[in-house]
Amino acid sequence: MSLKVHIHKKLKGFELKVDFETDGKPMGILGSSGSGKSMTLKCIAGIITPDEGYIELGGKVLFDSKNKINLKPQERKVGYLFQNYALFPNMTVEENIAIGIIGSKSEKAQVVTRMLHNFKLQGLEKRYPSQLSGGQQQRVALARILAYEPDALLLDEPFSALDAYLKEELQIQLHDLLDSYKGESLLVTHSRNEVYELTKDLVVMDHGKLLMAGDTKKIFLAPSKMQVARLTGCKNISKAKKIADNQVEALDWGMIFTVKDQVSDDITGIGIRAHDFKPCAKTNVENSLYQEEKTQNKVPCKVKNITESPFEWVIIIDTKGNNQESVISNQSTMAENKNSFIDVQNSDITNQNTSIWWKISKNQLNSQLSDGMPDFITVAPEDILLLED
Amino acid sequence: MDYSPILISMKTASISILITFFLGVAVAKLVHGMKHEKIKVVLDGILTLPMVLPPTVAGFFLLYLFGVRRPIGEFLVYFFGIKIAFSWWATVLAAVTISFPLMYRSARGAFEQVDMNLIYAGRTLGMSEGTIFRKVLMPNAMPGILSGAILSFARGLGEFGATTMIAGNIAGKTRTLPLAVYSAVAAGDMDTAYHYVLILVFISFAVVILMNVAALRKR
Repeated sequence: MSLKVHIHKKLKGFELKVDFETDGKPMGILGSSGSGKSMTLKCIAGIITPDEGYIELGGKVLFDSKNKINLKPQERKVGYLFQNYALFPNMTVEENIAIGIIGSKSEKAQVVTRMLHNFKLQGLEKRYPSQLSGGQQQRVALARILAYEPDALLLDEPFSALDAYLKEELQIQLHDLLDSYKGESLLVTHSRNEVYELTKDLVVMDHGKLLMAGDTKKIFLAPSKMQVARLTGCKNISKAKKIADNQVEALDWGMIFTVKDQVSDDITGIGIRAHDFKPCAKTNVENSLYQEEKTQNKVPCKVKNITESPFEWVIIIDTKGNNQESVISNQSTMAENKNSFIDVQNSDITNQNTSIWWKISKNQLNSQLSDGMPDFITVAPEDILLLED
Repeated sequence: MDYSPILISMKTASISILITFFLGVAVAKLVHGMKHEKIKVVLDGILTLPMVLPPTVAGFFLLYLFGVRRPIGEFLVYFFGIKIAFSWWATVLAAVTISFPLMYRSARGAFEQVDMNLIYAGRTLGMSEGTIFRKVLMPNAMPGILSGAILSFARGLGEFGATTMIAGNIAGKTRTLPLAVYSAVAAGDMDTAYHYVLILVFISFAVVILMNVAALRKR
């Protein structure tokens, strides 16, 4: 089975243009709010009609603007899990589940009983949706959809209506469900954790356009675009330019980094994940010269702010001073110098990117840094993400 | 005291609320499902007009359309032998015209309050549009529709201005309770007026209480 989606729709100040195909593995669509990811799902389900394009599910054409095919949502056999679950408030749990089942009364009852069992809803069959917890509502919504036996399962931000403590448990349940589900499944979310845990393939969207598509894990390892890096949770992104085959200058931070791979000429930025920084061990004065030569990519650890999370420390490091230094050290022509100095002045005021986020787990910090904050932190060349616009 | 105004009023109010209810809900559904915003705005304006116009003006328009020598009136007389103006049906026509906007607006508002995702969910679960209307849209809009029906009934029962214009004030035929109150006062018969007023207050109050109880039970 496969789902082919090639659609185009123009709206006021917004243009949706997406092309992707699934091949039976759960696929995620990652994007910030307003990126058009929910609209894509609605086009597939037939709730919204695209201006032009082609949608095919398991060999059945759902939409084809050229041949004027546009199946009604009722004929598409596509299950849609709405953000708010959209359970019918006037119906009990069992009535909700039974609504999409085709067959005699006894057949319906059989399927409902099976679904109540599969989704651990026994004892709740006579309840109304308003009498259920958020997690139970989600289970009823999923049971209702699967009782209908759809060829595809579209999940629209399935966890956004839930309390944080419920999410993790329900994510595991949904993971099992997607594993056993035979049809196509698409998960739309702005949460990188959800796509990483639940999907094999990933499409990243922004402003109605596809930014990147491919294997989920690979995209997280190497998000080659700035926006993708940001959406996959990269905290530190700086404009950058190539200065050597394996060296880049981070313009926002005024620092030069050595990277592992050959730097492309089209590079416009670099990203470093907050967890990828390591503290440099403190050295005494005699050793410092030796250390400096040995360690690449050192960042002076000028602490601006420290925030404590349950299991980690979030340390925000100021890079403003580095900017000034780099201006002085990068002396080439007088004119260039002047320009870049003005740039720095501007970026100081307007650019929020001058801070670097460093996250370190508590036990690591306690064991490694018993004598306080390090003077420098460092990042391995292979952990620096090379980004383009 | 003449009891005919009570009977006429009850008959008129109940027949007209039946017509208004179904007509109002149907038109509300139609407008609710329309995609073209501009047509929607204009149509909504026309449908609301009888509520904002003075009832005598609405009655004037009715007379203009349904009068015996007027296009619709003539048509009805010629083909069906029905004379609307100054007959009992004219009281129904007046009550429906005046109370319709209340019903329509309440029903439309109630439909718009229903989460669109419920409709979409129904569609993606294979439910037909008719089933969605009966099992999803109507039940979830019911509280709003019911309160609209209460208001419409009360408005129909109290209809005076348009009724005098199109139906006149013929004792035993088109004289409803509000008209009877007016006639009694005009004739200086305050005792009869008191009686009619008491009956009107009682009926109105009873209906509102009844429907509120029904709405409570639904929940």
